[in-house]
Amino acid sequence: MFPFHGVDFLEFDSLLSDEERLVRQTVREFVDKEVLPGIEEWNREAKFPKHLVPMMAELGFFGANLTGYGCAEMSNVEYGLIMQELERGDSGLRSFVSVQGALVMYPIHAYGSDEQKEKWLPAMQQGTAIGCFGLTEPDFGSNPGGMRTRARKDGDDFILNGEKAWITSGTIADVAVVWARTEEGIRGFLVEKGTPGFTSKDIKGKWSLRASVTSTLALQDVRVPASAMLPCAKGLKAPLSCLTQARYGIGWGAVGAAMACYNEALEYAKTRKQFDDKPIAAHQLIQAKLADMITEITKGQLLALQVGRLKDKGRAEPVHVSMLKRNNVKIALDIARAARDILGANGVADEYPIFRHMCNLESVFTYEGTHNIHTLAIGETVTGIPAYR
Amino acid sequence: MKIVVCLKQVPARDSLLRLNSAGTWIQETDISFEVNEPDIYALEEALRLKESQGGEVVVCSLGPARAQQAIKEALAKGADRALHLDDPAFANLDSFGIARAMAKALDAEKPDLIVTGLQSDDFGAAQTGVILAELMGLPHSTIIMAIEVQGSAIKVKRELEAGFFQFIEMSLPALLTIQSGINKPRYATLKGIMAAKNKPLKKLGMADLGLSAADLAPRQKFTRVYVPEKRSKTEFFEGGGKDVAAKLVDKLKNEARVL
Repeated sequence: MFPFHGVDFLEFDSLLSDEERLVRQTVREFVDKEVLPGIEEWNREAKFPKHLVPMMAELGFFGANLTGYGCAEMSNVEYGLIMQELERGDSGLRSFVSVQGALVMYPIHAYGSDEQKEKWLPAMQQGTAIGCFGLTEPDFGSNPGGMRTRARKDGDDFILNGEKAWITSGTIADVAVVWARTEEGIRGFLVEKGTPGFTSKDIKGKWSLRASVTSTLALQDVRVPASAMLPCAKGLKAPLSCLTQARYGIGWGAVGAAMACYNEALEYAKTRKQFDDKPIAAHQLIQAKLADMITEITKGQLLALQVGRLKDKGRAEPVHVSMLKRNNVKIALDIARAARDILGANGVADEYPIFRHMCNLESVFTYEGTHNIHTLAIGETVTGIPAYR
Repeated sequence: MKIVVCLKQVPARDSLLRLNSAGTWIQETDISFEVNEPDIYALEEALRLKESQGGEVVVCSLGPARAQQAIKEALAKGADRALHLDDPAFANLDSFGIARAMAKALDAEKPDLIVTGLQSDDFGAAQTGVILAELMGLPHSTIIMAIEVQGSAIKVKRELEAGFFQFIEMSLPALLTIQSGINKPRYATLKGIMAAKNKPLKKLGMADLGLSAADLAPRQKFTRVYVPEKRSKTEFFEGGGKDVAAKLVDKLKNEARVL
């Protein structure tokens, strides 16, 4: 793996404040020193680097853009830069941090009772509690409104039944935010590990996000008190709002993965010689690929920054985040594939990070709103005509 | 214990360097900057001393506006406040000029200890620290590997050549230049970065320090900076085998220096 010194073709850094650059530097150093030396092994062995959780907590990565409860109170641009650098390390690690902050801490912060906030937010910020987010089901991904998980009122309690799938951190979580259909629509419940009837199992044999845990959750007559329900989360728009938070981070994160692949391909091309004792970087076909890569990364950076600045002003719409996620993950995947091509056979070996990023990005392309669904979200916005069905 | 850390912002390692049009230094517009690496270790030592002894860490840096990034990094890591020596007249100072401006700023601070990296990664002169000590009339010691506080004095471990160390007991106040790699520098936490926004950062210009341009006039200047020039030359020797062999050996030994 070649050293990384940032990717900045268009003086992007001049658009950032000192604090924003410092935040990025902290995460960049963390990834260089703590993540990259071990990531290929964790990926190979499908091992989540749980030992990094306390350090990430101390540095302030969890719920970094939330206020209070020990959170770092970062702006959305700073939060995005954290995600960018984490995903330059690995999409699985970034996924863990996204889920912890944007999919579990955020809904508790936005929709939870004071008791729920006091109980979970400081512990999750400190990494002593881990969370997961249960929305997707085996039969309902892009159409979460079709969910089959039910919460039935029984006296002061609720009885939950159903199954959730593709749940990041499922088996290591102390608490799951489970979305279920009730008589009054879709509601969120905090289901604690060890609650009778609540079990989780890891999904084995993934070719992607191998350094993070992906699980299924099963709920069989799980009895939870009414106080486990998120009081202010009413209807499908609540879990969708969480996804908007998380996929905003993904839009930045994908740029990080793209930068890692571009950097690797560029440095490789400058040193690898094939014909006439010239580096392959001297050939036009390679230069064309590199020119496309750096152009798309630069556009992706600017898109992420603009959505971040809008979000900081409270003016980012979900469809803006759709455009960010859709574009940046797609370009990252294209860049990873082109980078793999530039490295030839070496591109498939885990001596280099590219194939890992490429496989990871296949998941990122699909999760948190597939590429196609975001296409339709943008399409609906510009035409005024929904085309999902 | 009041500890001052003098740190410098330098071009980031592995930057793609281009010379300026005058050929006297590098072009600074399109590169990124970072804290001079040895100064990071000096800062870490200062923060650890503060944690064990109590007191205050003040960071002092001379440089243009961009140097604030380096200062903020030190504040984010735990320094309490900062002095930023910034004045158009401070551009292109040599080690003596930098030390003189810093001495003026730090005399008023009356620190117990001043630490700085043993040299800067850009100029590499290793002069600013020791000149600063002389100007302030402080004892100093260089290439320090460890600091032990002994009441109102310190004992330091100094690196010599060939694996030898020297242990020195010094009275305070004193100035130390710190060797790289002697500790594990901390990260700036996100909360630390937020907290740094509210820490005092005092700007001092030439007039604030009671100095004139003449006081800072460089004793040395760069006349030419250039990329090592590649030259290839072919030479034919004439004469008999023995003579030619002797000439060849002489050339290889004394010019090419490969023998």
